[in-house]
Amino acid sequence: MIQVIALVLGALFGAGLYIAGMTNPAKIVNFLDIAGTWDPSLIFVMGGGIPVAAIGFIMLRRRAAPVIFADSQVPQGGEIDRPLVLGSAVFGIGWGISGLCPGPAFASVLLEPGVIIPYLVALVLGSLAYERFHR
Amino acid sequence: MTEFTPVLSLSGGLLIGLSAAAAFVLLGRVIGMTGIVARTLDFDFGEGSWRPFFLLGLILTPLILSLVAPSPHGFEPMGLIPMLIGGFLVGYGSRVGSGCTSGHGICGISRLSKRSIVATCTFMTTAVLTVFVIRHLMGGAS
Repeated sequence: MIQVIALVLGALFGAGLYIAGMTNPAKIVNFLDIAGTWDPSLIFVMGGGIPVAAIGFIMLRRRAAPVIFADSQVPQGGEIDRPLVLGSAVFGIGWGISGLCPGPAFASVLLEPGVIIPYLVALVLGSLAYERFHR
Repeated sequence: MTEFTPVLSLSGGLLIGLSAAAAFVLLGRVIGMTGIVARTLDFDFGEGSWRPFFLLGLILTPLILSLVAPSPHGFEPMGLIPMLIGGFLVGYGSRVGSGCTSGHGICGISRLSKRSIVATCTFMTTAVLTVFVIRHLMGGAS
């Protein structure tokens, strides 16, 4: 049951990224290129995604527990600290250079493996560098 | 140049939101790619191995759609070097900053998390500046 639900949630997420055009790196870079060939499509992705996700979050908050799992592991509160800001800044630089973030990369790995697999190998190396030096 | 696609992008966004909303209500989990990938690599698959199954659905669906209903968006990647540098910085930065576009940008903002709002504003700013430097100051073709 959990496996089927997780598969369907992943399928919805992947279909959304693909239909929205987020699997095309040029579309991301053009969104970020406000001074040039600006493509505001990503605003519509977030404008569609955030309110719908918010409804789900409000429904979760009104329940004692999630429908399937016994406990909610949604993070609560937390400080705005240096790692949050510095890490996000570095993430943004990599996002701007490549036009890809992790979700769209996984969503397009079978479509364009020759391009995406090197990106994912580098992404995993970056993640391992974090584990090596920060934990 | 890519075409502005408000209808397709809004439709895709609604599907992404539906996935995130269902993950909140059904599982009590945040659909954050950074966390899902990092934990899967650590063999922390979660209850019922939900993380690898989510990734499987995410990876397979665009391939299936491309066969039955191809999107008009195309695929115009950067060169190998930008992909390698960008991939490393994305992998490293998203771990240090505890999230990326999905976990902070969609799920975090949807629950009005201050941390996620700050993270999203930060990475949007550095990404815009990065593209400005590459395209307009260095004259990059990308």
